[in-house]
Amino acid sequence: MKRRLGAMEIVGLAMILTLIVVAVAAPLLAPYDPTRAVAPTYGEPGPPSRAFPLGTDELGRDVLSRIIYGARISLAVGVAGMLVTMTIGVAIGLLAGFFRGTVDVVLMRFTDVMLTLPGLLLAMALVAVLSPSLISILIVIGLVSWTQVARVVRAEALSVSQRDFMVAACSLGASSTRLILRHLLPNVLPLIVVMAALSTSGTLLLDAALSFLGLGVPPPTPSWGRMIEEAELYFRIAPWLAAFPGLAILYAVLGFNLFGYGYLRRQGR
Amino acid sequence: MLHFVLRRLGFAILVLIGTSIITFVVAFVVPADPAVTIAGAKADPQTLAMIRQQLGLNQPLYMQYAHYLGRVLHGDLGRSYIMRESVTRLIAQRFGATAILAICAMVLSLILGIAMGMIAALYKDRAIDNGLLVVSLGLISIPVFWLGTMLLVVGGLYLRSFPLGGFSGPRSLILPTLTLALGSGGYYSRILHTSLGEVMGQDYIRTALGKGLSRRAVMFKHAMANALLPLITLAGLDLAGLLSGVVLTETVFDWPGIGRLAFEAIFNLDIPLIMGTVLFSAFLIVIANLVVDLLYAWLDPRIRLGEQG
Repeated sequence: MKRRLGAMEIVGLAMILTLIVVAVAAPLLAPYDPTRAVAPTYGEPGPPSRAFPLGTDELGRDVLSRIIYGARISLAVGVAGMLVTMTIGVAIGLLAGFFRGTVDVVLMRFTDVMLTLPGLLLAMALVAVLSPSLISILIVIGLVSWTQVARVVRAEALSVSQRDFMVAACSLGASSTRLILRHLLPNVLPLIVVMAALSTSGTLLLDAALSFLGLGVPPPTPSWGRMIEEAELYFRIAPWLAAFPGLAILYAVLGFNLFGYGYLRRQGR
Repeated sequence: MLHFVLRRLGFAILVLIGTSIITFVVAFVVPADPAVTIAGAKADPQTLAMIRQQLGLNQPLYMQYAHYLGRVLHGDLGRSYIMRESVTRLIAQRFGATAILAICAMVLSLILGIAMGMIAALYKDRAIDNGLLVVSLGLISIPVFWLGTMLLVVGGLYLRSFPLGGFSGPRSLILPTLTLALGSGGYYSRILHTSLGEVMGQDYIRTALGKGLSRRAVMFKHAMANALLPLITLAGLDLAGLLSGVVLTETVFDWPGIGRLAFEAIFNLDIPLIMGTVLFSAFLIVIANLVVDLLYAWLDPRIRLGEQG
């Protein structure tokens, strides 16, 4: 890309990078073991203090350490879910936009039907039926969130396919596979990167929602959504238990949104 | 116009059939044996055989689907395994609470979204515009269930001005409405901002500005009518989504609506109730889609004529 990044994209990227650093360096950064009872207040949540800046939960575990380790699982699920989503969405969008005609009609009608289904309800039902595990959650996230990606990629592929260089490559006898992979895909790529950022933020929210409903990655893995779900029981006496993991989710989602929307805004969309 | 209406109607029916197939597959094909789901893992073979007989599970799949579709067309969504009541009646009982919340949330999100989007567009590329952009992105990025919990903590526990959940008169509506409206208000303001930006670049706007009208007057009188179209589409679909129950917000606020019903159904693996709520939701969305499309064509002749040509 020739043009410089805008301020929003830089801030977004910085937020994403700090998250990655926190996730990778979790053992170095976390003051305590996230799964161990470290506070003397075992049995009831402890408020933020000098030793435990974000307080401790009902089992005496340090909230700050749990949030730092939670970055690992939340980011991993967010990125993996995004990859599943993007694979389905980009494939369907490119095929529909490139071949047009019947292929386009069939794929887009299918997309429309999927768009009609209530995403969260469907995700909940599928996870419940398949029983929650990392794999089933990733598959379900991908299955319910690819539609928007497919629509956007299709629109872009449709317009790129009609440009002169595509027509030229086609008349030189390039095969469909070559046309799609060598000519179409690279030109749709910037948009794909943006959609990937936005879809990561969507995935983070969806995963957090599923965790909150008790359908997330099974314990004791400390994901942010699950921390809020566990905190729900204590929200009258220990609101900080829910407050801080929520801020962590907000931070992560905002980072990806700033990056994605920043780009779209610079493109005037 | 008639041609357009018929095409849309045909498509709506197609979508509903597709949706019913998908819900049918999810509910009846994915779990290995629905009879075991109903009777429990320890049930004896006779009971299982009887249940299979009763539910028609011995028949080929397409026959099962045909029976299912036939019942749905008669408004019969089956009986809940757990609550032992007709799914249609259960949904009807919960619809009131969900509908009130949905309408309040929609009104507030539109007010928020239109106000923020217009102010941002009016002060395009200035500090206010950038500030509002960041605010709206922040609103979009908040996890809804967390926002609800925090509003409960602040409004219910510290200020003691709102009930801690349940549906008990107008005051209990305020926090859940805010929870739902803040996020979608932020989203609507983005949509309106973008579409206003596009419309403001068109020739007829330049003409109006060239006549010496103020930017404000042009925006209100000339640009808004066109810029609101994408927002109408979105709001129509969102309203349908809200009417079919909002699982997260209803769970946080203990709201006796369809979202909570669906949540309970999923936890009990109450398949007829799960399918019923999903289908009901899809039905509302299809209807909303249809209404929005027709409204759109009526408001914007370019679409109506484009489809015919």
